Amino acid sequence: MNGRGAAGIFAFTADNLKAANAILAKYPDGRQQSAVMPLLDLAQRQLGWTSPAVIEYVADFLGLPAIRVWEVVSFYTMYYREPVGKYRLHICTTTPCWLRGSDEVVRACKEKTGLDFGETDENGLFTLLEVECLGACVNAPVLQINDDYYEDLDADRTAALLDALAEGRPPTTGTQAERLNSAPEGGKTTLLESDARC
Amino acid sequence: MLTDRDRIFTNLYGEYDWTLKGARARGDWDGTAELIARGREWLVEEIKASGLRGRGGAGFPTGLKWSFMPKESDGRPAYLVVNADEGEPGTCKDRDMMRWDPHKLIEGCLLACAAIGAGAAYIYVRGEFFNEARHLQHAIDEAYEAGLIGRNACGSGVDCDVFLHRGAGAYICGEETALIESLEGKKGQPRLKPPFPAMAGLYGCPTTVNNVETIAVAPSILRRGAAWFSGFGRNNNTGTKVFCISGHVNRPCNVEEAMSIPMKELIEKHAGGVRGGWDNLKAVIPGGSSTPILPKSICDEVLMDFDALRDVQSGLGTAAVIVMDRSTDVVRAIARLARFYAHESCGQCTPCREGTGWMMRVMERMASGRARVEEIDMLLDVSKEIEGHTICAHGDGSAWPIQGLIRHFRHEMEERILSYRNRAMAA
Repeated sequence: MNGRGAAGIFAFTADNLKAANAILAKYPDGRQQSAVMPLLDLAQRQLGWTSPAVIEYVADFLGLPAIRVWEVVSFYTMYYREPVGKYRLHICTTTPCWLRGSDEVVRACKEKTGLDFGETDENGLFTLLEVECLGACVNAPVLQINDDYYEDLDADRTAALLDALAEGRPPTTGTQAERLNSAPEGGKTTLLESDARC
Repeated sequence: MLTDRDRIFTNLYGEYDWTLKGARARGDWDGTAELIARGREWLVEEIKASGLRGRGGAGFPTGLKWSFMPKESDGRPAYLVVNADEGEPGTCKDRDMMRWDPHKLIEGCLLACAAIGAGAAYIYVRGEFFNEARHLQHAIDEAYEAGLIGRNACGSGVDCDVFLHRGAGAYICGEETALIESLEGKKGQPRLKPPFPAMAGLYGCPTTVNNVETIAVAPSILRRGAAWFSGFGRNNNTGTKVFCISGHVNRPCNVEEAMSIPMKELIEKHAGGVRGGWDNLKAVIPGGSSTPILPKSICDEVLMDFDALRDVQSGLGTAAVIVMDRSTDVVRAIARLARFYAHESCGQCTPCREGTGWMMRVMERMASGRARVEEIDMLLDVSKEIEGHTICAHGDGSAWPIQGLIRHFRHEMEERILSYRNRAMAA
């Protein structure tokens, strides 16, 4: 991965520079500090993690003291402050997921990857992370892999997901059960009228 | 009973086209300019008359909140900020609105901006909702393209920009002043109030912060009339509401229903009932993790609205119903929430920073039984030292679930402690 493990230097690619300027334009003049989070996100997507060089670069880009960016990076959970694997497995274990069997999902992930929370395998394929409520509780338990949610999991479905990823077959995102998004499994109880709704 | 004709979120499950074409076919963006032409006062009064109360948890009357915004600008711009930092455990309704009905939210932004005299809206979406934000941004781009927002939005003469801003993983940013701090590019630490956002919010300017659902229902209310909306639910608890039903039910789901629907009816009609039948119910957290847990005896009769749930010492919160059957270790369920609140404390106020960690550790011991019975009262006392003694409601939110547990399940905590002691003595 680009820049993995090295403090190095960082700069936006030409495309990302354009994207960064579009982000800046969302905020009023003199309020460019507002762009710090979206710029960090953009940089992390480019490098793979939020390295010290990224932080220095974003601070320079916005004309902020580096400490202002450091404190943002350390406050929020989505900035990876060390290199991570190609697939980040964010397992929700908060109460609504726990009630529906997130322990099983955790066990399946640990068995398949051989990792504990916070660890990355030596091939840089998987990183295992425990997260708090992902906000998809009626499809619990939920696992977020990179940007995508995988829902209604159990041990077998989780194992199948990880196998597919390891073999380079991208799995279907969203629910892994036979249901329509957040509608009740087995069929809707509302929005049944036939004149609905394009 | 609510009929499909009266449901606002007709694409809640994402069956239909969520882009502008589909949204228009479902009635969005119909006559928006005419609504704006009726004037700022009419917009605010109509929302007031509808009885709409904020859908983000606190239930503050929306029209009243809008009326706090300055009528005349002193030169500062005014802002609408939409709180889409959905993260209260149990809650996943805003997610569906953003990914399957984004135009309702965008049209709502325009109408709310017109009502409060704001020229721009920022929608703060939790960072994990990457795909939801993508849908929303696509819909925003479509709305600009079609002239529905931006300069002279919908031909109304009003200018209104709508911007999407993604968070990066911090529950506390759902607190309105923390959200504003975060939007300004800082750590999400809540501000002291006053000044309230209506006086000095985003960039020190007059700001209204509303939840996604609150804003997304506004166009339907304004089009169909306050009386239509206030015809659902009980007095002071009006309207329709999207409920999230999770946990030990046969078919977890989101569903839009009338306010004040009995909890039992909600669960049985839409979520396939409690796993193992209603008599297998042990407890319900009725409105997201911060609202105190209720035992079955209360769930049998209680209505799902602000006042009914307040009367049983809980709350409607975000209307996220977390169901637990008799197999549930309720002490452990609440201990896990204590860990959540400790993890999410921003660290600014000592009672919350230290207290949530302390309660987490004590609750962990309570869950395994490694505690003394007298510590239950100590835990209750400490929770009351945290509640009401912090800048924001995170301290309260961390205390209430534990207070609810002690109120209704003290016997279970005591039994756990005694059985642990007996096992230890036998060994």
